[in-house]
Amino acid sequence: MMLEIKNLHASVNGTEILKGINLKINAGEVHAIMGPNGSGKSTLAGVLAGRDAYEVTQGEVTYEGKNLLDLAPEERAREGVFLAFQYPVEIPGVNNTYFLKAALNAIRKHKGLEELDAVDFLQIVKEKMKLMEIDESLLNRSVNEGFSGGEKKRNEIFHMAVLQPRLAILDETDSGLDIDALRVVADGVNKLRRKENAILVVTHYQRLLNYIVPDFVHVLMDGRIVKSGGKELALQLEERGYDWVKDEVERQPVQA
Amino acid sequence: MNPASSPTGWYFSQFDAFEKTLNGESKSELHSLRREAMDKFQSNGFPTTRNEEWKFTNVGAIAKAEFKPVLGLTSSGVAQSNVRQFWLDTRHRLVFINGHFSPELSTVGTLPKGAVCGSLASSLRTTDPHAHTFLARQVKVDETPFVSLNTAFLQDGAFVYIPDGIVLDDSIQLLFIASEKQPFLASPRNLVIIGKRSRVSIVESYVSLTDQTYLTNAVTEIVAGDESIVEHDKLQNESLRAFHVAMIHAKLGAKAQFTSNSIAVGGSIVRNNVTVVLDAERSECTLNGLSLSTGSQVIDNHTTIDHAKPNCSSHELYKAIIDGKSRGVFNGKIFVRADAQKTDAKQTNKTLLLSDEATVDTKPQLEIFADDVKCTHGATVGQLDAEQVFYLRSRGIDETAARDILTFAFASDVVRRVHVDPLRDQLETLIHERLDQGRLVESL
Repeated sequence: MMLEIKNLHASVNGTEILKGINLKINAGEVHAIMGPNGSGKSTLAGVLAGRDAYEVTQGEVTYEGKNLLDLAPEERAREGVFLAFQYPVEIPGVNNTYFLKAALNAIRKHKGLEELDAVDFLQIVKEKMKLMEIDESLLNRSVNEGFSGGEKKRNEIFHMAVLQPRLAILDETDSGLDIDALRVVADGVNKLRRKENAILVVTHYQRLLNYIVPDFVHVLMDGRIVKSGGKELALQLEERGYDWVKDEVERQPVQA
Repeated sequence: MNPASSPTGWYFSQFDAFEKTLNGESKSELHSLRREAMDKFQSNGFPTTRNEEWKFTNVGAIAKAEFKPVLGLTSSGVAQSNVRQFWLDTRHRLVFINGHFSPELSTVGTLPKGAVCGSLASSLRTTDPHAHTFLARQVKVDETPFVSLNTAFLQDGAFVYIPDGIVLDDSIQLLFIASEKQPFLASPRNLVIIGKRSRVSIVESYVSLTDQTYLTNAVTEIVAGDESIVEHDKLQNESLRAFHVAMIHAKLGAKAQFTSNSIAVGGSIVRNNVTVVLDAERSECTLNGLSLSTGSQVIDNHTTIDHAKPNCSSHELYKAIIDGKSRGVFNGKIFVRADAQKTDAKQTNKTLLLSDEATVDTKPQLEIFADDVKCTHGATVGQLDAEQVFYLRSRGIDETAARDILTFAFASDVVRRVHVDPLRDQLETLIHERLDQGRLVESL
């Protein structure tokens, strides 16, 4: 198993957001976490990537046999965890390409691989750029600085393509994208699907899942996964909204 | 008036001794200027924090020390091989040891006819009309007590005179090396006169070859002629035991474009004054500054932009990176005189605090007496952005490196504005060295 989340509780400033998450992800699988606003989707993504605003109060997360919660964010990245940010931050003065080269080499070094020189790196970049239909000018600019919303999201998946993570977490990657940009981003993600990799897609809307077809769909409500199913569950949610799931949950006794 | 034990008394007795060595020269015009300056210095004394201009920077430690003025060139065993590390790749380099010109260590390439690039002392001796005409005409003798002190011991420094219509491709490096074994005072005095439509860049570098405590008290006067383009860069990288006080004063002619880039990384107590007078229409000045301080350093930047005439513009960006227990001070004055309509002035001051004990006092000071002007100013003080740090880390870069990358980016915003390529390279290396993981950042 690649990732196992057991009874995960997490708080922000003393307020509990995640209230006992259980989830198993195997290599080769694509999981979607859906849920209404405020259900804890981004918190879950943040906790997995190591964002320190969140305090884990209970539970455990095992990734590739390691206690993920013990690892610093950069260690998680080097072990193959990747978070595509919902709101990628602009970093003026830090060149997008050079930064990515430093990141890739940090990961390669961790794996015991030789660091890439500028020439080899550029070759990889050119190839992935084509994949993501990224304009070459984005490479020479500062990280995300002055990028449009769509360019920022595309840049995230471009980073993913270059860094080749084992577990990619896409946090609301569809938000703010028009349909064409959405297709490009989804195509990029699909081209990165491998049987040894897994993808966790966090999204409010079903439309991204038309393009990145999940193996499993989980509904997150009030900090818990209340329903899991196949890809058809996403369509049901699209049609009927989230209220029926809520009603269904309320009719059932809460599991201990 | 002052007992010999008071700070000004020490310098008065030193002045006295200096005067006795001068013989006939003590009757000269230059020496009456010195005497006037000494009088001013004695009556005003060293500034205290009660003085608004020195409120945030206590120079008590400078006043208390008895620094011996260096009155001539003592090569002090400084060889070309010691100096080479500070060189910029340029054909024109004037080297000063403790404020005195060293012909052996200096080199000047072929200059256009009429141009002068050399020692101020020798230009004053040869009765160069330009040196005499312009010296001490821009800066008032009592502009600050330190200017008075500099003028009282005024002997040597750089004299650069570029006639009209000259473009100098190579920059001129003025390299000031501190090397005495005793606590000493160096008082370099530089005079830079750039003719109409000429284009010149000048770099002042201040470095140490000694661990001794000393005071560099420098004054640079610049006159930029009509339509000239002048870049003046300064890198202050003296030892952490040195005190450094300096005044750069520039006066601009019509349509002149003047840029000052001031980088400060060394010194224990540092005070830089940069004053620009936009003295004719359509002149333009750009003042950039960057200071990096750590330990218990105090780096104080005071700038004054005087919009004296209409239709002039000024752009100012001063940044400070403050670590350890060090302190930064920024005071940016912009005067817009009643006559100076259509002034366009923009001032930005940004401070990055890298530790909990680092502090900064920042004060924009705009005094506007004209009504049709555009003046903006903004100051930010902050730490590294946590979201940016997390973003870099989430891609595999460790925390120290992430912080270094972001700190370097903050600094490079100023460094990239330096147009003298070899200096820019030198600055980048210097900043890398200052950052913990220079190697990783360098690979960027």
